[in-house]
Amino acid sequence: MKHDKRPVNLALTTLRFPITAIISILHRVSGLLLFLSLPFVLYLFQQSLASIEDFDSLQDCFQSVILRLVVWVVLSALWYHLIAGIRHLLMDWGVGESKTGGRIGARIVLVFSMAAILLTGIWLW
Amino acid sequence: MVESVSSWSRNGLRDFLLQRLSAVVIAAYIVTLVFYFACHPALQYYDWESLYTASWMRIFSVLTLLSLIIHAWIGMWTVLTDYIKWILLRGLVQAVILLILSICFIWGIMILWSV
Repeated sequence: MKHDKRPVNLALTTLRFPITAIISILHRVSGLLLFLSLPFVLYLFQQSLASIEDFDSLQDCFQSVILRLVVWVVLSALWYHLIAGIRHLLMDWGVGESKTGGRIGARIVLVFSMAAILLTGIWLW
Repeated sequence: MVESVSSWSRNGLRDFLLQRLSAVVIAAYIVTLVFYFACHPALQYYDWESLYTASWMRIFSVLTLLSLIIHAWIGMWTVLTDYIKWILLRGLVQAVILLILSICFIWGIMILWSV
């Protein structure tokens, strides 16, 4: 069976990911990022507990903008992954499973994670 | 029925459940730490150390570490089986991930037990 006469839409500017798809892919990307940052986080954790000198030198290291930025990126991924994960659990529970519910949930995830990321940035600086 | 030998529990439904149970443990740990940081705005080493010498925190931390390893494995497995179709490459990447997660688990235990 051939569908030769079907319309072909290759005008890529008219094709957009729905917000739910963006939320979903970001959940995966943030998860991957968190996995990759695991050794880095463990290293910081080790330094913070090794001795009082290591703890203090770690606090000094936090004066550097680069380290703060890296930590901010990791924490941002954590907040996003956590909030999008809560949406997942709620959907397992049956909350927001409809098409509109999914879209509303996706917007809420975006707003909440943006707020958490901003607050973390303020806390770090 | 064909089982996937590389999934965590070799049972999709159990993986699904473990993914959610581990997520709840990790979320509880994050909430605990955020609450702790909120209560200690100018954190000193001895406060931080005494938190991690407490038995409940050690148990909670090991539990979270274990949940993290399970959660990460199931998550990475899901992503890898979606995007890498070449079985040889996927097996190799899965082996590397398993190695990294195992090292992180042992390392985490070492850190917690050195306090």
